[in-house]
Amino acid sequence: MAESQIKSYNINFGPQHPAAHGVLRLILEMSGEVVDRADPHIGLLHRGTEKLIEHKIYAQATPYFDRLDYVGTMNQEHAFVMAAEKLLGVEVPLRGQYIRVLYCEMGRILNHLLNVCSFVFDVGGMTPMLWGFEEREKLMEFYERACGARLHANYFRVGGVAQDLPAGLLEDIDAWCDQFPQVIDDIETLVTENRIFKQRTVDIGIVSAEQALDWGFTGPNLRASGIAWDLRKAQPYEVYDRMDFDVPVGKTGDCYDRYLVRVVEMRESVKMMKQCIREMPAGPVKTEDRKVSPPPRAEMKKSMEALIHHFKLFTEGFRVPEGEVYAAVEAPKGEFAVYLVADGTNKPYRCKIRPPGYVHLQALDMMSKGHMLADVVANIGSIDIVFGEIDR
Amino acid sequence: MTQVLKDLGDYIAAALPNDVLSTEVTRVGELNVVARTASIVKVLTFLRDDSGCLFKQLVDVCGVDWPGREERFDVVYHLLSLKHNQRVRVKVATDEETPVPSVVGVFSSAGWFERETWDMYGVIFSDHPDLRRILTDYGFEGHPLRKDFPLTGHVELRYDDEQKRCVYEPVKLVQDFRSFDFLSPWEGQGPLPGDEKAEGSH
Repeated sequence: MAESQIKSYNINFGPQHPAAHGVLRLILEMSGEVVDRADPHIGLLHRGTEKLIEHKIYAQATPYFDRLDYVGTMNQEHAFVMAAEKLLGVEVPLRGQYIRVLYCEMGRILNHLLNVCSFVFDVGGMTPMLWGFEEREKLMEFYERACGARLHANYFRVGGVAQDLPAGLLEDIDAWCDQFPQVIDDIETLVTENRIFKQRTVDIGIVSAEQALDWGFTGPNLRASGIAWDLRKAQPYEVYDRMDFDVPVGKTGDCYDRYLVRVVEMRESVKMMKQCIREMPAGPVKTEDRKVSPPPRAEMKKSMEALIHHFKLFTEGFRVPEGEVYAAVEAPKGEFAVYLVADGTNKPYRCKIRPPGYVHLQALDMMSKGHMLADVVANIGSIDIVFGEIDR
Repeated sequence: MTQVLKDLGDYIAAALPNDVLSTEVTRVGELNVVARTASIVKVLTFLRDDSGCLFKQLVDVCGVDWPGREERFDVVYHLLSLKHNQRVRVKVATDEETPVPSVVGVFSSAGWFERETWDMYGVIFSDHPDLRRILTDYGFEGHPLRKDFPLTGHVELRYDDEQKRCVYEPVKLVQDFRSFDFLSPWEGQGPLPGDEKAEGSH
């Protein structure tokens, strides 16, 4: 029998593909079933967020951050308000900090639930998706009760959060925290030791610690490669230094480890949420500095000065003194950071958004080389990408 | 913390006297290193490998546009050292024509960041293995994050039912983008005419 020559060919994966997690167009150069090169074409969801922010006052910029990574929204607002707070030198009251941490951890669970469940969905398991989305729905209700929106919260403000939590909300969140670990257990019994799932993920897309650093990995993807690095521990912001939590670390850095790290992180987040609720002090939720945060409505009825402050803040906004700052938070997907250059006016001069998913997707080529076509799907699912933040 | 960063800055400046132009710790406590454009590869390699630095991660590269300056672009690199738990910001300046040496050879993560900086600002990176546009549309013209690029852009896209394809047309807006200048003229403009007399009478 004559030796047959396999011609290498290109596959266009996406942009309309359910496993592409959004609008990823992937050009795959294949030789047979094996991937030679994966070239992601991104930018199909590019909205020019950074340019828009340059034309808006600071308070108008926070809603744009919800629309970046639209599954863990508040974590991103957090990076922006932290950048502005650092430049302004504003202190957030303790209750405000606790609320922020509570909602950031909630955002982390929202994100990891979506990622873990859709990852399992990508490699063939449908049930966790249904269970996970039920819990996500409950969490979004907590979002809604705090700020009025299920997804695009716009809850964080420079100097604190928009408003205090309504009565009874903390008790309900606490009750939810008690029942949620059971759901993780259920998902784990289905998935963690599942033979099919392991066949699809173990030793797929291995990223060594060395590679992870070189390619700029952060967050769960870095930890799965065996590096214990978490900004919440290493460079604690808000009240994370008071939080009692462990940082899960993987061993091999394959898709399976990345899944495991996220599952453990959800359990740690629940722990932190419970601790926040337990320790939540009374007091104001945003700074009393009237040059930055607006006065309460009741005060405006009596005080001329409060009225002026209110008017000024909602027309001109506040001015941020000249300077530059790099504020990073441990978002669910990794290090989400804002590099803010202020020129002393009421609008940012430059606001660079550093999305973690952008960096992780860049490494897809490195991870997928030499793997089968079906493993590309597992890799995409495991690095946790959302196109809102990658394309900006 | 500030003192540690100051020492680190002095250490970097002393080790690379010909490549580092200046170092400073900003008022928010971050270390800024301004480097000579041509030596950026050398500076980043030093920062990565020197035992006193060990900035093993390049977390961000971006551009900043200062149209009033001779060399109008800053390229800003953010590095993170896991070992020493520190960050450093390295800046180089360039203009539209002068290429910045690419640092892909030092940090693989620079690849897309440099592509993005090229796309958004038109900063050229020499020796970049794959310097294509990344975020903008196929066939896009201009560099949208430059300060002289209008917010509304130049073209808009629609599906043409007669030609059965997407067509680009110049932007037509029913209402132009309105940039409100809310900055109060009464603040930050220095003394008002006549004020110096009032000051003098005290």
